[in-house]
This record gives sequence, C-alpha cells and structure tokens, in this order.
Amino acid sequence: MTHFVLDGVEVPFVDGDTVIGAATRAGHTVPHLCWSASLGQSGACRLCTVRVDGRLAAACTTRAAAGLVVENRTAELDGRRRLLLQMLFVEGNHFCPSCEKSGDCLLQASASAMGMTGPGFEEFYPRRPVDTSHPEVWLDLNRCILCKLCVRASHEIDRKDVFAIGGYGIGTHLLVNSPSGRLGDSAFAAADAAAGVCPVGAILPRRRGFATPIGSRRFDLAPLPGAPDRDDA
Amino acid sequence: MTEPGRPEPAIDDVLARHGARRDALLQILRETQEHTGWLAPATIARIAAGVGLTPAIVTGVASFYRFLHLRPVGHVHLLWSDNVTDRMLGSRALARELCRRLDAAPGRPSPDGSASVGYTSCIGLGDQGPSVLVDQRHVLTRMDAQRVVELADLLRARVPVADWPAQWLRVDDGVRRADRLLGAAPMRGEAVRAAFALGPAATLEALQASGLRGRGGAGFATAAKWRACLAAPPAPGTTRVVVCNADEGEPGTFKDRLLLARHADTVLEGMTVAARVLGAQQGFVYLRGEYRWLLESLEATLRRRRAEGLLGARILGADGFDFEVAIHVGAGAYVCGEESSLIESLEGKRGTPRIRPPFPVERGYLGRPTVVNNVETFCAAAHVIAGGASRWAAIGTAASTGTKLHSVSGDVARPGVYEYPFGVTVAQALADAGAVNPQAVQVGGPSGTCIGAAEFGRRFGFEDLPTAGALMVFDASRDMFETARAFAHFFAHESCGFCTPCRVGTELVARRMDKLAAGHGSLFDAHELQALEALMHGTTHCGLGASATNALRDTLVRFRPAYERRLQSPSFVPAFDLDAELAPARRATGRDDPGAHLERRG
Repeated sequence: MTHFVLDGVEVPFVDGDTVIGAATRAGHTVPHLCWSASLGQSGACRLCTVRVDGRLAAACTTRAAAGLVVENRTAELDGRRRLLLQMLFVEGNHFCPSCEKSGDCLLQASASAMGMTGPGFEEFYPRRPVDTSHPEVWLDLNRCILCKLCVRASHEIDRKDVFAIGGYGIGTHLLVNSPSGRLGDSAFAAADAAAGVCPVGAILPRRRGFATPIGSRRFDLAPLPGAPDRDDA
Repeated sequence: MTEPGRPEPAIDDVLARHGARRDALLQILRETQEHTGWLAPATIARIAAGVGLTPAIVTGVASFYRFLHLRPVGHVHLLWSDNVTDRMLGSRALARELCRRLDAAPGRPSPDGSASVGYTSCIGLGDQGPSVLVDQRHVLTRMDAQRVVELADLLRARVPVADWPAQWLRVDDGVRRADRLLGAAPMRGEAVRAAFALGPAATLEALQASGLRGRGGAGFATAAKWRACLAAPPAPGTTRVVVCNADEGEPGTFKDRLLLARHADTVLEGMTVAARVLGAQQGFVYLRGEYRWLLESLEATLRRRRAEGLLGARILGADGFDFEVAIHVGAGAYVCGEESSLIESLEGKRGTPRIRPPFPVERGYLGRPTVVNNVETFCAAAHVIAGGASRWAAIGTAASTGTKLHSVSGDVARPGVYEYPFGVTVAQALADAGAVNPQAVQVGGPSGTCIGAAEFGRRFGFEDLPTAGALMVFDASRDMFETARAFAHFFAHESCGFCTPCRVGTELVARRMDKLAAGHGSLFDAHELQALEALMHGTTHCGLGASATNALRDTLVRFRPAYERRLQSPSFVPAFDLDAELAPARRATGRDDPGAHLERRG
C-alpha cells in the first residue's frame, strides 16, 4: 500500500514525499505559507500543522508513510491556523486594502479561508522602513512573514544569497546582502527566482500598480477552500 | 578596539587558527570579538571573505547570539544574571544603582566609555547570586550594595579585572550533599580501562543493564541512544561524533558548572567510553558562553589527559583507539541546549533547531551520526562502567536508577548542589536545604513543573517528577504570578524566532502578563493566555516553544488566586488607562468634574 489517508480520502505518494507534497500533487490543499514544492524544507510558519495518527505535526516536515491517518481541515486545526495567522498579522504591518498584493496574497487568502475576521491580538506596529533603493523591485518588510522563500530561492536557484535571516525572537528579520544593507546595492535582479516567490507583498515590482483590478486577481477568482463565497462576504 | 574599516591583524590570526573553516564561524566570531571588543561591519566583512560566506549570512549568525556585539560596548561589558532567583536577591536594584553611578543604561554605555551594563538569562550561579558576567570571561558572585559602589569606582578608573578584589570573583563549589558522583574523586582512566577491557558490546550491555537515562531532562535511555547511533553508518572516511552538552542554560541549574569545574576528568571518561563504543574519533564539549571562565581549566585537563594517554591518538597505547575532544564555546543562546540547535551552532550557524527526522544519532554534526549527552549523563556513564551496572542500578528506583544532582536555590538557608538517589521526596530536599514556609517549587527550571505544598510528597524520578536538575524554592511571601511573568519574558528573550507560534506567541504571552501586572487584566486576558498556551503545545517547531508556557499553565492551575487578584473585570480591559488618556482633553478644557471622567469601576 502506498497511500495515506487525508481527511478520509486516500492519497498516493512516492518514497521521499512529505505529507504536504503528496497531498498537493493529488489536488488537495493543506494550508501553508512557507512551503514550496520546488524549494528546500522550512517548517517555520506552522500553518500546515495537521494531526498525523492523532499527533500534531507539520505536514511539510512529515514524511508520507503507508497507512498514516492525517486530519487536515478540522475545526480544531483551522482554529489553530487562525491563531497563527492572527499572530503573523499583528507581528507586522499589514494594510490589505491599500496593498498591491491584495487578492494575490497567500496570507490574506489563507486568513479568509480560515475564517479570520480580525487581528484578535493587539497590533505590534513595528517600525520597518521601506527599501526603495532598487530600480525595479521594492522591498517592504512591513509585510514580511519570515517564510524564507526568498532566502531559499536566492540560495538554491539564483545562487546569489541576496537574503539572509538575522536577529532572534521577535526581533528576527530579513537581511539583504550588500554593503549598505539595501536591495539596490545588492546583486538582486528583477528576473531572479527570489523576486517571484514572496507569498505576501514584501517583494513587489515597482511602477506596476493594480494592472489586474481588484476582484479579478488570483484568489478573487479561485479562493482557497473554506473561504466564504464572495456573495456572502 | 578596532576602527571600522581597519580590521586588526588579530582577525587573520583567528581565521588561520581555525583554517578559515565555515563550521568554525561561531568560534572565529567569538575569538575575534575577544580582541576587538565588538564586531564592526569591516570585521564581519573580513571574516565573511575569509570563510567564503556572504557578509549578510555572517551578520545573521552573529546577530543570533546574545553575546556577540554588532555595536560598540563599553570598555568592560557587564551582564547581570536575571533569573527570578537573582531578582529575589535584589539584583535588579543593584543593577539600576550601578547604571546610575555610571550614567549608563542597558544598551547605552557610560558616557566615558568605561562600561556597559545589561541583563542576561541565568548565568548558572543561582546558589551565590546576585551574579554578574564580566566581558563573558569572568564572573562576580554575591554582589551587594557596597560592592556596587566600589565596582563603579573601579570601572570608571579603568582598573583591570585582574586587580579587582579576588573575593568578588570567587566561585564556591557549593556541594551540600555528595553521593555516588560527587563523593568520588575525579577518574584517571578507571572507566576508560574498564570499557577497553569489556569491549564495545559488553560496555553497551552494562550501560543498558544500569538503566541509565539522560540527565538533560527528556530522560531518553542512554544505551538506546548509543545503539541508535551505532546503527547509523558513518560516511566513508568519517567516524561517529560524541558531543557533551555543557550548555547548561535552564535557569536555576548550576550542577554542570560544578561537574565541569571539579569532575571534568570523569565527564571526559564518559565521553571516551562512548567513543570506544561508537568508534568515534571526534568529540566536542559544547560549553555555554556563560561558562567561558571554565575554558582554561578544561583545556588544561584535556592536555593532561593527552599526556597520560587517556585522550588523543592511541588511548591506553591501543592501536585504533583514537579520540580527540575540542571545546566549542557558545555565545549566549538558551535554545542551543536543544541537541539539534546545538549541532547547528557547532557547525557555526544560527542555533535554529533542525527538522527531525533525521535525528542527530543518524545525521548530526556535519551529517555524521552523533551522540549528544548531558554533562551529568557522561559522568554517570563513567561511574556505571567503572563501578559496575548492578552497583548503579541498586541506587534509586526501578524506573529511575542511580543518583541525580539538584541545583537548589531561592528561598532556602543552604543553597547549593545536592546529590540524591532518585526516589527522594521534594519535602526531604526542602528540609535539607532549610526552606522555611515554602509555597512552591519550580522543578527542572522554567520549562519544567511548578508544584505547590500539596505535592511536596512527590518523588524525583522519571515515573513521577522528572527534573533537569533545577529546584527553585519560593516561600509564602513570593508572588507566583511574578515568577510566571519572569519566565514568560525569559522565553520571549530566548525564542530563536524561527517558527510563528514561538516567535510571536512567547511575545504575546509576555505582553499579556505585563498587562495583568499593570492592573489592566480581565477574564478575557486569562482566556487568551489559555488559548496561547494550548496553541504553543504541539504547534511549535521544537521543545522550547512547546514548554514556554509550562510555568504559566502550572501557576494558572495551582496558584489561581495570584491571577484572579489581577483580573479586574469579567470583560475586556484595554492595556492602557482610558480615563488617563483623557487628561490632556481635561487640561485643555479646564474641566475636572465627574462628567469629564469615564465612569470608574470599584
């Protein structure tokens, strides 16, 4: 048998698959922010926390195995995800209505799918200056959720190591490798893989605003499973 | 101190000493800073070029460790140990007074540059606090108001630490009760010779028969861990690795400090026994940065053991029995006590826990099968092999064999290290230590268990009350909410920042506890604390986050009145005083009548 069970449905897998990798390939959605099928493992966001044979585990770091019983979209797990999303929202400065990424943002879409209706916790309102030094791309760390997709893409695909992680605890932050610490002085290019992996609006092309109108964007057209119908919203 | 843009030649010496290896990055940064005082951008750039990493990655590593400075610090850098037991001894008031005398503040050196003063997590001197870490190389014990006055004068006059009163730098062993481990003389080959005579298989059998379980807290069977490592084949051309976890970071624990200072030989015997069983040729002692002051004596012990044929090439003169040990000094990161973080740190990286599996026994240091055991575990293993498994198993209880070291501090007449057989009650330890009217005991540090008087009959052991070795005692005058609040701040400070629930959750818990302390608490906050606690159990990437709310959970259950006193209202109360916020409006309008105030409760 080379299947495991996800919310009652059999999911085939091959040796070496993670639970989220196999589930995604089979057309299921395990909520996530820091996972990417084409990049190395992370395990940071914890949104993909599922129950594997009753035990809580991250689907992105759990190897698929025959006969595993995986719970994904239960009220309990979605409740945990809602809290995690609220944590990410209050930790940074997220102003969805004015964000160019709105409608195309995995954080926003996940929050919608998990039924998050407000930040819940008090906002931290950190002071994070916007970096507009690069001619083609801007870096707005107010929206950074420390998923490290850009760090991994720049390292694994672009082979540039433009980004790194610094600090610890709530002071953990993204670093840019350049003498000034600014993106414009780094080896970063708009064609880099790292320029296209940000799940939120932290890394965005400049001089391109609202080319796709709100309402016609990725998650507007295809909301994540669980998101309210637009007519209900 | 180095001028920015003009790296000192010392950097090249340090790089050369470590062969400019990436996996030595943390040691290179730490040793460089011992020369330069801090790590200026030019210094970082020079080191980055030397080891072949980007400056951003090197900055990322340096900024992870609390003891590496990316900004200038004072000529002397002082860090007050900030465990709750230090605070109970008045450390905070002493630190403030020192700051006042120097015109310094945490993060702001004195104007004359003579000193900088800050706080750090427990430095492992809970039995002789309040204590101060000086330049991460010296420790001051038993600080008091008079010493602070004199210390400020010495600092301003730039008197070298070597000329400070020797009494201030005195560290007592603090042995209060000795048993099998502490009552014995340090070994000089007894266990190594016994293991050599037995052979690897019989040595492992003996270890298993002894029932020895890890002393670091988790209590994993030591023989099972070694067997798992033995089952993992090392890559061709490499061998397995033995690591001693001397990152004794759990606040309130200081028994490893004693073992490293007085029984280092026995600890190294245990490591060498492990090396014999595993065929390991490489070993490390991961010494926490707070214990840097023990480095010279440990290095001397290593040198002597090499000269005695107990370490290095051809141990006991036997062909193929080669085992070398290096000491890796940490730089201030509690999370590095977790074995996979420790290995990341050994490899010169940020101390972020690894994804497991694979476990370190399968793929550890540089991908090699690696056994990581606690200082006390190696010490105990040496005694098991030298003295016999049955002698060891005869002590303690069936499920918890042998003895356990307890670091006793807080409200007791006789703080220090107590070695008891497993199975002893908390009440006996309290009586021996001279606890008067104890209200609560924090067993195993902030990540352990907090119990009240009703449970003092419980027994230390894996089957009842497991402990990593800390016993902090709080008498009836203490506020257990404040204890939990101090621990909440500890975890927020020590979170590695990798995963969402720990990075943000520990901060939210600490803020919520501060809100309650400020008198703005409500049942809403209590519910939210419970929701955070439930989330962090099971959702975090590692055990640090999972145990960060243990003290909160225990005190909420056992010392509920300490919280209820602070829950003013059944409904939400904002973190700020709404009425006080209206004061500017009242001033502007010249009003102070009841109508210009919000209705006040109570």
